[in-house]
Amino acid sequence: MRRPRSGTGAQEGTLGEDLAQMCAGGVLAGLCGSALAFPAAELAPLAEDDPDAKSAVIARIAASGDANAVRILEALGDGRLYVDKGTAVFVEGDKAFAVDDGAPVKVPDGEAVVANNQLRSEVDTALSGLRLGDPDPAVRAAAAKALAEGADAAQRPAIEKALAAAPDDALRALLMRALARIDLQGDDPRARAEAARRLAESPDPQVKSLLSERLREESDADVRHALEQAIAAIDQRIARSEVFARVLTGISLGSVLLLAALGLAITYGVMGVINMAHGELLMIGAYATWLVQGLFRTHLPALQDWYLLAAVPVAFLVAALVGVVIERLVIRHLYGRALETLLATFGVSLMLAQGARTLFGAQNVELSNPSWLSGGLELSATLVLPWNRIGIVIFSLAVLALVALILVRTRLGLYVRAVTQNRRMASCVGVPTGRTDALAFALGSGIAGLGGVALSQFTNVGPDMGQAYIVDSFMVVVLGGVGQLAGTVIASFGLGIASKFLEGWTGAVIAKILVLVFIIVFIQRRPQGLFALKGRQVDA
Amino acid sequence: MTPWNRPVLARREWAAALGLLMLIGVLAPLLHVLLPEGAALRPSTYLVTLVGKILCYATVAVALDLIWGFAGILSLGHGLFFALGGYMFGMYLMRQIGRDGSYGADLPDFMVFLDWKTLPWFWQGSDQWWWAMLMVLLVPGLLALVFGWFMFRSRIKGVYLSIVTQALTYAAMLLFFRNETGFGGNNGFTDFKRMFDLPITSPGMRAGLLAASALWLFLAFVLCRHLVRSKFGRVLEAIRDAEARVMFLGYDPVPYKLVAWVISALLCAVAGALYVPQVGIINPGEMSPANSIEIAVWVAVGGRGTLIGPVIGAFLVNLAKSFFTQAFPQLWLFFLGGVFVLVTLALPGGVISLLKRRSADEASSGGGK
Repeated sequence: MRRPRSGTGAQEGTLGEDLAQMCAGGVLAGLCGSALAFPAAELAPLAEDDPDAKSAVIARIAASGDANAVRILEALGDGRLYVDKGTAVFVEGDKAFAVDDGAPVKVPDGEAVVANNQLRSEVDTALSGLRLGDPDPAVRAAAAKALAEGADAAQRPAIEKALAAAPDDALRALLMRALARIDLQGDDPRARAEAARRLAESPDPQVKSLLSERLREESDADVRHALEQAIAAIDQRIARSEVFARVLTGISLGSVLLLAALGLAITYGVMGVINMAHGELLMIGAYATWLVQGLFRTHLPALQDWYLLAAVPVAFLVAALVGVVIERLVIRHLYGRALETLLATFGVSLMLAQGARTLFGAQNVELSNPSWLSGGLELSATLVLPWNRIGIVIFSLAVLALVALILVRTRLGLYVRAVTQNRRMASCVGVPTGRTDALAFALGSGIAGLGGVALSQFTNVGPDMGQAYIVDSFMVVVLGGVGQLAGTVIASFGLGIASKFLEGWTGAVIAKILVLVFIIVFIQRRPQGLFALKGRQVDA
Repeated sequence: MTPWNRPVLARREWAAALGLLMLIGVLAPLLHVLLPEGAALRPSTYLVTLVGKILCYATVAVALDLIWGFAGILSLGHGLFFALGGYMFGMYLMRQIGRDGSYGADLPDFMVFLDWKTLPWFWQGSDQWWWAMLMVLLVPGLLALVFGWFMFRSRIKGVYLSIVTQALTYAAMLLFFRNETGFGGNNGFTDFKRMFDLPITSPGMRAGLLAASALWLFLAFVLCRHLVRSKFGRVLEAIRDAEARVMFLGYDPVPYKLVAWVISALLCAVAGALYVPQVGIINPGEMSPANSIEIAVWVAVGGRGTLIGPVIGAFLVNLAKSFFTQAFPQLWLFFLGGVFVLVTLALPGGVISLLKRRSADEASSGGGK
């Protein structure tokens, strides 16, 4: 932070009438030139023991507007200031300068002034005030930050000046806080109340602790009232933005659930079978993404950033292929025996997970976030939307639109809907139910693969990842009911948002338990889910 | 749709099964206690523990067969009742450690670790064995009663019911994983020292637990067999095959299913309580959905709806498990997965259907709903 500085006095130039005021405030100390010399004699208390006198000296240096004020204070803070018998010298590197006029002198051989912690922090505060005038924006920002943490009444004019010239909101917020902090400590109750009211509008998240800190010591009733109101206003704003943030993370969790459950809803809807290996199809999609990333890394390093796009069709095809194989080899032979299908597909899921463990190792594999998905959209100081969350919402909506299109516009979709509603009747009117089953299963599995691509950007990709999502996806299907996309969509977003809100109140684990209990109770009332197909059901 | 009174085994085979159980439950414990260490005929500690463990599993398999094989309710959450029974008895075992824990405190170690000063209310009374045994029955029994009543009342069945039971055990697992729940969190209960104030690892205790497990399996089997051969069992099978018709005939299926369900849960709970002192640990992993599905595969391998089949299945699968996890650990899940697939596809009646007395037509319809 503390850079060695030389030539602060070099920028002498056009000076207006307010030069004196600026100098008095210590702003733009450099611009004041060496018009005012700082008498070495005034530094004498630094060599003595009275801490109040020392503080007074520091304040005077800071307020002096002397060209060398920054250099002197830096030297004091670092233990490079030598005060002895009316002379005061500061050392920079292997050179020494007189405090009075900045003239080079002999390097002294006595002991430097010892700066204890309290003294050093006073020096830092004083320096921050002086550095607000620094031409380097980074230095200015750092100074403003330091002042926001603790400013002294003496720096008020300097801060006000800098505030008027502040180029951006971030700097302005810091300076506002510094000012308000000064006012809050001030003697005038009216100014204190005014500061509290001003702070109520501040977007700065740390203002609240400042206010409540003051509230603890405040005795004036009006000011207390103003402080309490300001805190309440800030609380309300924080609560609002938290609600907003929860809804947004809930929506992104809902998108993950939607991708995981959409394929399951199709296969369960069409064939009435629970595919316990669905989670492993997600895993296959994620591993396919990982393999594509590896291929890009070795063969197309230039396009590395775009591997995710290439992974989308690959993951779809691989998962769909595995799905067809499962359907042809296992599920086809178990139609009408839903419970056995459940067990058999669980066996398949065990084998797939173990297969992944054997092929790729038991450790999680590493996937990098492409640069266009990192970072986030900044809505306010407290609210940042990560791009990958936005990305997954868009992606899942696109997949949803695609599935809806397939179901509504294509012949396959027509068949799928027909078989979902009444398998026997569909078969009677010529729907090839066997082929429809296979294709629907491939479609559902492929969508699971797409879900895997999305998940690979959020969670660990490993052999056990499928297990983690299978219960959640079932819950979505149970809640949403089968045969209609709307149920799945509402259930996944509803569950996503609800569990994010519950998490805020109860913690993640209890939230999950509450959601599960809610679903168990829910299907008491609606055993067929939110959107049951109309019609009468009889035991087959 | 098997005829209700068709004999599953011939008289000679029943005698053989009973003889085998006597061998395991009476002779083996006696030999373990009476013979000196290293004697050729003395069953090793490993073997006694392994067989005792599998006997508990077999009881759970019989319990699941009662509801799956005879009422058509496939529970994927029976591991929960098993684990709850184990936890309830584990609380007593934890209290029996007394001040011999690593912190030397009155409270169980994990509570000291969490900086708790007093026992939570639900731990009161757990230092008494009779209270622990009461809780082993009450807690899982009440949970089964309440859950079952809600489920059966709204006529949830088939895969929906399976999924919901799975959600139940999953939720319970998450709950027990939390330290704050008060059941030792991740690590559960372990490091038991005594039971009934006697050292828990002594040969006498191990032999006694083995005998008790065998006895409980025998009692569970006799109870279930009596139930399914009674009028109650016939109504249960009718509900399995055509619930709507049973209702049209004037029966309310809810009490039938509920009784079978709660009995099944209680059998599991006691088996869990016998299991914990033998393996010396209980943790939330026992409640994982995968564990509960594995129970279903024991039943399926043995042959469901036969009661004796699941016992055979539990032994076959678990012996294979101890063999594989030692010899080829990486192949075990392939094997287990393959068993799931092959049994459901190729052997819907389970290994029991391979016994000669099964006629061909029964084997072909054995996998019906």
